[in-house]
Amino acid sequence: MTLEELQRTAQEERASQSKVACHLHVCTAASCLSAGSAQVKQALEQELAERGMRSFCRVKGVGCMGLCSAGPLVAAHPEGFLYGRVTPEDAPDITRSLVEGRPVRRLSVPTDQPFFRRQLKLVLENAGLVDPERLEEYIAAGGYASLLKALTEMTPQDVIREVTISGLRGRGGAGYPTGLKWSTVAKSTDAEKYVVCNADEGDPGAFMDRAVLESDPHRVLEGMTIAAYAVGARHGFIYVRAEYPLAVARLRTAIRQAERAGLLGNRIAGTPFSFHIEVRLGAGAFVCGEETALMASIEGRRGTPRPRPPYPAEYGLWGHSTLINNVETFANIPVIVREGGQWFARIGTATSKGTKVFALAGRVVNTGLIEVPMGISLREIIYEIGGGIPDGRRFKAVQTGGPSGGCIPEEHLDTPVDYESLAALGSMMGSGGLIVMDDATCMVDLARFFLEFSKGESCGKCVPCRVGTAHLYELLDRLVKGEADGESLRMLEELSDLLRHTSLCGLGQSAPNPVLSTLRYFREEYEAHLAGRCLAGTCRVGANR
Amino acid sequence: MNAGIKTLRIDGRDVSARADQTILQVARENDIFIPSLCYLEGLSPVGACRLCLVEVKGASRLLPACVTRVEEGMEVTTRSERLDAYRRMILELLFSERNHICSVCVSNGHCELQSLAERLNLTHVHFPYRYPRLPVDASHPRFVADHNRCILCTRCVRVCDEIEGAHTWDVMGRGIEARVITDLNQPWGESESCTSCGKCVHVCPTGALSEKGRSVAEMAKRRQFLPYLTMMRTQAR
Amino acid sequence: MNWVRPAPPSEDKRWKIVDAAMRRMGYRRDALIEALHSVQETFGYLDDDSLRYVAQSLRLPLSAVYGVATFYHFFTLKPPGKHTCVVCTGTACHIKGAPQLLEMMEREYQLKPGETTADGRLSLLTARCVGSCGLAPVVVLDRELGGKLTPEQLRHWLEKRLAYDA
Repeated sequence: MTLEELQRTAQEERASQSKVACHLHVCTAASCLSAGSAQVKQALEQELAERGMRSFCRVKGVGCMGLCSAGPLVAAHPEGFLYGRVTPEDAPDITRSLVEGRPVRRLSVPTDQPFFRRQLKLVLENAGLVDPERLEEYIAAGGYASLLKALTEMTPQDVIREVTISGLRGRGGAGYPTGLKWSTVAKSTDAEKYVVCNADEGDPGAFMDRAVLESDPHRVLEGMTIAAYAVGARHGFIYVRAEYPLAVARLRTAIRQAERAGLLGNRIAGTPFSFHIEVRLGAGAFVCGEETALMASIEGRRGTPRPRPPYPAEYGLWGHSTLINNVETFANIPVIVREGGQWFARIGTATSKGTKVFALAGRVVNTGLIEVPMGISLREIIYEIGGGIPDGRRFKAVQTGGPSGGCIPEEHLDTPVDYESLAALGSMMGSGGLIVMDDATCMVDLARFFLEFSKGESCGKCVPCRVGTAHLYELLDRLVKGEADGESLRMLEELSDLLRHTSLCGLGQSAPNPVLSTLRYFREEYEAHLAGRCLAGTCRVGANR
Repeated sequence: MNAGIKTLRIDGRDVSARADQTILQVARENDIFIPSLCYLEGLSPVGACRLCLVEVKGASRLLPACVTRVEEGMEVTTRSERLDAYRRMILELLFSERNHICSVCVSNGHCELQSLAERLNLTHVHFPYRYPRLPVDASHPRFVADHNRCILCTRCVRVCDEIEGAHTWDVMGRGIEARVITDLNQPWGESESCTSCGKCVHVCPTGALSEKGRSVAEMAKRRQFLPYLTMMRTQAR
Repeated sequence: MNWVRPAPPSEDKRWKIVDAAMRRMGYRRDALIEALHSVQETFGYLDDDSLRYVAQSLRLPLSAVYGVATFYHFFTLKPPGKHTCVVCTGTACHIKGAPQLLEMMEREYQLKPGETTADGRLSLLTARCVGSCGLAPVVVLDRELGGKLTPEQLRHWLEKRLAYDA
């Protein structure tokens, strides 16, 4: 597909869409699907057919609209009505509301609430608007224009320059500058290079990548293809969790569509550039989110990390120079190429540019998927976007960064969200899980929960992580049960320090973070457990004494 | 490979090295002691036991000497209070992980774990012992595998794969549940791929793999075969 | 080399599906995980015969195949029950009541994660996070997802599912 053909497709699609007066968008991402959105979609289609309204209104399945806790969600465009907790029985009322031009009040979700107003959508700009299973819709929304711009108007160096200027940093957690990573791979003289998309989102409580893949898969393919052009790679892999069957299916569909349209594969858009993408399934190993373990897994081996250096840019898949970025990082690329690095760099803080997608969950009124500009405070996220704590309870802490991150207490809620600030608090940006906890959550039990996770996910290769996470877990388990002795806090600290400084990979090095951050901010809960009490009242401390 | 010569400092001593050497190799050439367990010259290094971590000036992290290549002007510290403390703790973790009872072990007196503990003045283990129940596999006509003594250094896995070419051994499971296995986790004596060459037994640093019929403290290991075989394998490639 | 591709372990036609998965990747070494996925999807679990067949087809050592099959928790070496109940134990689900769901499973069905009832009708598994945190706590019963479940609701759902067979 050449540039003119792309523009023609976009025009045709837009013309076809404007033939009907309105569109009903039904969320068909995993969360709403599991709440019954497929049945809602069917009921709406049937209702429109029976009333002979199909030339007036079209129903389409779209990706995530964000407010998962109110799912299944249905939005009417251009009316701007948003309906939540919709059931198939609501179909007649909803169709009537389109004719009458007045929303169904009992189903209405206010769209002027802070949950929507305070967000800034770049990565998710199409989520909830386009049908993730149709290439034409992505193109009509401006999709693949960035790729064609890169291929026809820019040199690979130009692309890397824009990405560098944008200040984009890796969204997988560590925050390595993306432009620098790209230029390292670009400089390699290796004849065979690879581009890998890390979609092995394993943090419990994180579903950002899943939502992006389910809502707008072509965006990730476009970002990867631009990256491949910039670094000079001809083959790419998307390593995605087997636990995400819908995301896998949509990715495979998208790859097929893009190949058929000449936007992926040989001689893309009539240029000499060729790039192929294969999907590879993970098989349930958190450690495979670590890049060297991920590569081992793509090669069909046990997903154990190896020491770095050499870094993947130098010695990656099958020994070749390899670029690895995560889903959200690639999903930012089309915007950066379209708007320019300067434009992108104006969003965010001095060190952290652009936006960040978070999965907001736990004890908060609005749970779901949000995208906010870097620099927003945690308080704004939790109290404005999240709507605060339900059931009249009190906020206690917010957990960021999953098993590698930490808990942040009330007194630090005004901290701006950026890589450095969160790290200074003993947590980390992580891939974007934000779990809110109220006063009914015991922090010792939470630390035990994360260490049980890290112990179960440790690959077992290096001694500190293999044995240390087991000891940490058992110490915490004894604390939770009220069986620990006075030495245990000192031992927790000693082991945490050992793991942090001597483990082979990031999983082991950051595994103690949940312990260290809860010890730092909630030490009194540990001491209470030693004295036979649980301040949250959830642990049966002393039951076994 | 760049065969240039590099000069660096290890513990304040100026030493020279080939560019393709690691810190550990150069240290050993110069009789500077760096503890290690998973490393064995002739096998590919894996950087797993973490005992050979050293301080390198300018590096933000401790680096494993077995896989870190020398660089011009590098300043390496192999002994410090901090490193000693970490190394002792790592040994403690190993002792607490399984059942290492030296007094009844065939390798008593010839065990690398035991001699490192002595050398690093490890007087007691203050982490709780885990006491897992692990099998002893005596199904092989000539050898015994005692998982109670295994420290998962994977030397057996590597020597079998890289030198013997049989790849009888591998690791199953993960984390604290990981264990070395033969073939499809079947008794060693029923392994289809094992050539009974015994290399795994002789590279094992502890009493986990031993020859049958040895009693306490009788299992000394012989590794003279390794340098020659490694050289021949490298030339053949 | 005169290497002959091995014959499938049985006459079962479904081996063709596994063969196709391996062929698609040119019987390369890196086809291992895809091949194991294909076996598990087709037969429900990985037994010694299938591991041996995959190892021989891809010319991999037996222990390497066993090592991979046991490293990844998605793979199971035991036959699953007729119905599979997966309780998500992600952070959001943990905070919102997954431990209570697991307690109920143990109390009512004597099942701990990874176990199957004696009559082979129900297996209990846990997942690290199924990514539907907005619906916590979440359970996946035979690939169907249920959210915001209390222990009582989960029991009711299971009873309905089990009664349907009888």
